[in-house]
Amino acid sequence: MVRVAFTPNLRRHLPCPTVEATGRTVAEALNAVYSDQTRLRSYVLDDQSHLRRHVVIYINNQKTGLESSLAEGDELYVMQALSGG
Amino acid sequence: MSDRLLAATRKGLFVFERKGAEWAIRSHAFLGDPVSLAVQDPHSGRCYAALKLGHFGVKLHVSDDGGEHWRETGCPAFPKSEEKDAPSVLEIWAMEFGAGKGSIWAGTIGGGLFKSNDGGESWSLLEGLWNHPDRKRWFGGGNEAPGIHSICLDPRDARHVTLAVSCGGVWQSEDEGLTWRPTSKGMYAEFMPPDRREDPAIQDPHCLVQCQTRPESLWVQHHNGVFRSTDGAKTWHEVTAIRPSKFGFPVAVHPNNPDRAWFVPAVKDECRIPVEGAVVVARTSDGGRTFEVLREGLPQRHAYDLVLRHALAIDRAGSWLAIGSTSGHLWMSDDQGERWRFAAEHLPPIYALRFAQL
Repeated sequence: MVRVAFTPNLRRHLPCPTVEATGRTVAEALNAVYSDQTRLRSYVLDDQSHLRRHVVIYINNQKTGLESSLAEGDELYVMQALSGG
Repeated sequence: MSDRLLAATRKGLFVFERKGAEWAIRSHAFLGDPVSLAVQDPHSGRCYAALKLGHFGVKLHVSDDGGEHWRETGCPAFPKSEEKDAPSVLEIWAMEFGAGKGSIWAGTIGGGLFKSNDGGESWSLLEGLWNHPDRKRWFGGGNEAPGIHSICLDPRDARHVTLAVSCGGVWQSEDEGLTWRPTSKGMYAEFMPPDRREDPAIQDPHCLVQCQTRPESLWVQHHNGVFRSTDGAKTWHEVTAIRPSKFGFPVAVHPNNPDRAWFVPAVKDECRIPVEGAVVVARTSDGGRTFEVLREGLPQRHAYDLVLRHALAIDRAGSWLAIGSTSGHLWMSDDQGERWRFAAEHLPPIYALRFAQL
């Protein structure tokens, strides 16, 4: 099991509490989360199922990608890049 | 006569309500979020708001109570592809409603034309246009990808669709979107090499409108001037009498008078501010032979408001006009543009205006 947390800015748009999920990779763990919250998928991924350009993912304290492997107890953070305006 | 106005802005949606001749904000939604377009289905009364969230992509919301409450619905998206640089929808830039219940057409930045037949719950890419070989010549004008910003559905025959693309010209289908052909003959592009100047699939029409009672009459504000068609967009001729400049973004045509149209000229090309710092509306009432420059109620000194392509609106009766600017000013006119009055002075930059009825 890994812990998956989302930027509070996403909660303005839809519910996305911190959850426990299973998966060998980041993509698999996120897919498990999307199965309970289908709309969340399009906020994290684009039409081609790539990570959105201005969304970043960290495992523990390291920036990572969708295909990275996960270990038991990892903490996954889905964040947005800061921007102005 | 319309009693609502949907103002889509960089920082939210503002719903204006008319009481007599006065317009005031009745409600707002999505504060802080860019709303690229807000429209009402004239058949069902349902309102749609297209969001362009900076980090989290394009979303579509619907309201069944005139804009008071909203819920997210399905959103156009490109099919998944293994091709390198396969596209994603970057913005919903046009929405129009077909004759059938729940029939919606959506044009996007990314270049895809999408159709829904269930009121927006699900969407399909119209592959006849996407796979047309000339479509690959389109390119982005001011955006990183080409965009379909204007969709005109022939009121006599909903299978006949005319649309405009920046930069990709004017296109038509007569079989409800199955097959397409470019119909930009007569337009020219000064921004291209001489041999490509008249290429129909790279023109930059900024906005396309069609007269509802005389659908063979259409107007285009193009990057290089104003063009009119009187043969159903088969051919176009330049209207050179426009003043104070031929550059601009929006155009509106009277629903019952194909010879009457309004424009908001600006300084070309990249400058994009009002000519001599004065906001004006150019109106023709004789099919483009002459223009009047209307100024009453609009700022005439040190005004740097730009009116974007969807920010000049006329209601379905042809009674009310509205213009909204990148400086957050909203002006209304109930006398065909002779005089303008503020409805709001401090909105976020205005992207799009549409009249509605509750």
